[in-house]
Amino acid sequence: MRTDHKYILQMIEPNSHVLDLGCGDGELLTLLMKYKNCRTTGIEIDEKEIYKCVERGVSVSHGDIDSGLADYSDKRFDYVILNESLQEILDPEKVIAEALRVGKKVIVGIPNFCNIVARLQIFFLGKVPVTEGLPYTWYNTPNLRFLSIKDFREFCSGRQITIERQLAIGTSKEIFLWPNLLATVALFLISKS
Amino acid sequence: MSQYVETQYYTFAHPPHELVLKSGIKLGPVTLAYETYGKLNAAKSNAILIFHALTGDAHAAGFHQDAKDPGWWDPMIGSGKAFDTDKYFVICANVLGGCKGSTGPSSLNPAMGKPWALSFPVVTIEDMVVAQKYLIDHLGIKKLLSASGGSMGGLLALEWAVRFPDTLQSAILIATNYKHTAQQIALHEVARQAIMSDPNWNKGDYYGKALPAQGMAVSRMMGHITYMSERSMEEKFGRKLKGKEKLGYDFSHDFEVESYLKYRGKSFVQRFDANSYLYLSKALDYFDLSQEGDLATVFKGVETKFLVVTFTSDWLYPSYQSKHIVKAMKANEIDVSFIEIDTTYGHDSFLVEIEGQSKLVSHFLNNIAKQCHCEER
Repeated sequence: MRTDHKYILQMIEPNSHVLDLGCGDGELLTLLMKYKNCRTTGIEIDEKEIYKCVERGVSVSHGDIDSGLADYSDKRFDYVILNESLQEILDPEKVIAEALRVGKKVIVGIPNFCNIVARLQIFFLGKVPVTEGLPYTWYNTPNLRFLSIKDFREFCSGRQITIERQLAIGTSKEIFLWPNLLATVALFLISKS
Repeated sequence: MSQYVETQYYTFAHPPHELVLKSGIKLGPVTLAYETYGKLNAAKSNAILIFHALTGDAHAAGFHQDAKDPGWWDPMIGSGKAFDTDKYFVICANVLGGCKGSTGPSSLNPAMGKPWALSFPVVTIEDMVVAQKYLIDHLGIKKLLSASGGSMGGLLALEWAVRFPDTLQSAILIATNYKHTAQQIALHEVARQAIMSDPNWNKGDYYGKALPAQGMAVSRMMGHITYMSERSMEEKFGRKLKGKEKLGYDFSHDFEVESYLKYRGKSFVQRFDANSYLYLSKALDYFDLSQEGDLATVFKGVETKFLVVTFTSDWLYPSYQSKHIVKAMKANEIDVSFIEIDTTYGHDSFLVEIEGQSKLVSHFLNNIAKQCHCEER
């Protein structure tokens, strides 16, 4: 099981109703159905991934996250997941607001662009970093937004968004010391204050 | 089992227990032509009902004896195919109002001793579904594993899901809509006017006489344009000439697309009844599942699982119309999956794009069957 999936599973109460934004091949939702008895649905833009979701028995809607969220009424889900998709969204501010509207809680997973390896590469090589967690070069990256744990915390504090839990993850395990420097990925459990 | 498939017939609604149509008119007896593929299991839990499109028929798969071509959805239905007849019992019936063995305007009106023609009552999508419910009851099936269809077939599956929700485990709606829009009605009206302005149509009374062949052909040519996309026509025909090396500067045909449409129009006259075309196209135009109200309220209490499929190049039943259906289902917490398949074939995609649809349908049905243990014989 992927490390981030393992920690997301820990954050979610059993028997919850979950929406995964950018659910890919439906792997995370399959785990949530299997281990947490969750009722799930996903939104995914890539047609190829939809076939895999249907094969797994994951219910999914083909489309972009923005218009997909508009289909749902307020507080419809116990959890809305935005894992590894926020950095690829054109209007993250609007999507987070919408996710907090349709979900009681939102789980946001981001790659930490200010990880030490990235910082060292910028400093010593003078180039945009290419790391294990950020494997793309400037001309082929799908990422539109570049943020760190600190950036996301600041974003939340200015918008009455409560961070109920923060989980910083290194290559394979949770990181407690200097997360913004050492973590490659971070998960936030947030809700609207 | 014979290697050929045969059409069967079921007659019901004998007076005084006639079928009461949406219009209030009573109709009976009613015959439905239908075919089945695969074997109904002992629990009668592996049945799938397929609905055909406007000019389709009960012959969805396999070959009739001495036939050159298989049924209209043969690539999707059969042993090891998407609707796998090794696992499922697949049923397809010609709709009420059709002309392929089911009661319709070309059938004999027993009271008059001649074909109904325009004295046949106007039938609706709802009436077609109710008629097929008689057939399913007759076959002893209490709950269908699934119902599916493209275009008009999708409308029928949708109507079934709303009208008889307890009898349907799942439904697959392909390239369809929940109500006909102004453009869809307009295109049908041109087709109808083409038929009705043919002098041979003779107010529908042409049986045993010359057929309204010219009107039928023109209406079919129009239809075929709407079933393709601009790109698929460009890829298939471009500006290629047919049977000549340069432009003729006359009004015989020059271009391949002209000759194709003429051929399609001509062959349609042989295989379809003009009055049926009028009745069925009218039924489609009348259909509005939302009854001009909020579509979401229509799905209250429906627990059927849905797979909704559209095609990017389909401009006759564009994706946004299915998205409205999906949204209304989501408002009722119905389990629904939606996919828009990237194709160039236009509305015809549901008959032509087999690879993607096969994957989706076989996996979707697999999961439905697993959940209710309906595969077991």
